[in-house]
Amino acid sequence: MSAPLLDVKGLTKSFGGLVATDGLDLGVSAGETHAVIGPNGAGKTTLLAQLAGQLRPDAGTIHFDGADITGLSAPARSLRGLARSFQITSIFRDFTVLDNVALAIQAHAGHSFRLWQPARRDAALRDPAGAILERVGLGGRAEVVAGNLAHGEQRQLEIAMALGTRPKLLLLDEPMAGMGGEDSERMKAFLGSLKGTCTMLLVEHDMDAVFTLADRVTVMVYGRALACGAPAEIRADERVRQAYLGDEEGV
Amino acid sequence: MSAMNLRRWLTALCLALFALVPVVAGVFGQPFLLDIFDRIMIISIAAVSLNLIMGYGGMISFGHAAYLGIGAYSIGIPAYYGYYDAALQLPLAIAASALFALVTGYICLRTRGVYFIMITLAFAQMAYFAFISVEEYGGDDGLVIEARSRVPAGVVDLESNVQLYYVVFAVLVGALYLVHRIVNSRFGLVIQGAKDNDERMRAIGFNTFRYRLTCYVIAGAMCGLAGWLLGNFNNFFSPEMIAWTRSGELIFMVVLGGMGSVFGPVLGTVAFIVLEEVLSGFTIYWELIFGAFLILVVVFVRGGLMGMIAKFERPRP
Repeated sequence: MSAPLLDVKGLTKSFGGLVATDGLDLGVSAGETHAVIGPNGAGKTTLLAQLAGQLRPDAGTIHFDGADITGLSAPARSLRGLARSFQITSIFRDFTVLDNVALAIQAHAGHSFRLWQPARRDAALRDPAGAILERVGLGGRAEVVAGNLAHGEQRQLEIAMALGTRPKLLLLDEPMAGMGGEDSERMKAFLGSLKGTCTMLLVEHDMDAVFTLADRVTVMVYGRALACGAPAEIRADERVRQAYLGDEEGV
Repeated sequence: MSAMNLRRWLTALCLALFALVPVVAGVFGQPFLLDIFDRIMIISIAAVSLNLIMGYGGMISFGHAAYLGIGAYSIGIPAYYGYYDAALQLPLAIAASALFALVTGYICLRTRGVYFIMITLAFAQMAYFAFISVEEYGGDDGLVIEARSRVPAGVVDLESNVQLYYVVFAVLVGALYLVHRIVNSRFGLVIQGAKDNDERMRAIGFNTFRYRLTCYVIAGAMCGLAGWLLGNFNNFFSPEMIAWTRSGELIFMVVLGGMGSVFGPVLGTVAFIVLEEVLSGFTIYWELIFGAFLILVVVFVRGGLMGMIAKFERPRP
């Protein structure tokens, strides 16, 4: 078996006395959709922040696409093909929807020390951005100022921006957070359509989405990987039921 | 596009009026008009450059007047030693300003918000006290510059007030056009994106520090150019030019005119200097009225004077 696309070994991060990530090992193979689930406070978002480079781990290594990226900055990781969406929507609120995605494409289209030609008339940025918006279902909203979008649409834009960087691995932090029934069904269908075209690491609370989309599931509790396996195995795992899934049944 | 018309017309109208001032001043025998508008345009260039980093880049510099001083001293110090050649003074003004911006920006841009404001102020104060402490160049009192920058005969003669005026005018138009191009370019979008959401910019692959530092250096160099013009216009340089209150005034002008619109700072400067002239003729307490006016504009008109004008335009389709 070839080396995984993402290979995390012994990742550790603590804030004061609180150990958010505790010697975590995690592997994501190319092409798979890998879900990370766990109760609130299990350290899922902290994990993503360390993978994407917003946080620096105290110990451990992160290998991505064959290279050690543990010491790299967030932009450097993005340029290597690691994209992240944020749990709390993080978009450019003053820019139009199309501008948002065009910027993500621009970031990967050589340096931006280009001070003269109007970027908003640059077909090399605008056309692919428009195509991505069509894909995520925001085609008709391209010229709307992003801050004026409905919540569900902002979540879609969040994914569109990540896709604009043409990632090898997409880190999705609760893409369905705060979404209503219809929006969340649409997002689930969209993520399903991404399967196979893009490797995904999905952090999500919506168990229905997780068990529909994921090829493998890692269960995190107190910063550690409690179990890892196919959805059916995880569902059957007694420790997981006790630690986590049992709580969900009543919901 | 039609929604932009009013602001475009106003910009064209203002620039046309600026261009006509020497004619009017000549016909009506009012040379002080030339002086006021010279000053307005020179300070406008400084405000336009500040707006590039502050309005578009979110970098609120409380030390931007330092570059006016550096530009002026780049004439004054060579002139003190008998070097009047513009071919020396002008590149010196721009290079010295750019270098000051590069060194201080490298440090300032590691901070954000209030810390950024305070550290830019601190650097400007360092420059201020450095200029004061050098007795050779007049210290506190500054020095008179014996002659304006010398340009090869046949090009322009800066000793002519009208010719200097049109040089200032040309530089202002050039600065406005440059900023207009920059803010709409790829580079400009990166700067504005970093103002809006720096973490996101980094997450999609931009090393924003480099772009912001470059922007900071461009703005510094542009303001240094304004300082070169100011020194030539005043025939005088002193540390007072870069006192922190001067930097504060520049911020006022930008906010008053409208942050994040290319021409806004020019309107702000016009309003600031004209009001200053008019009100100070009425009462010695003019600053009190002036302060109240500024507060009203900031509180009630988001986007400054340009924002107010934008409200009269037809809404975007």
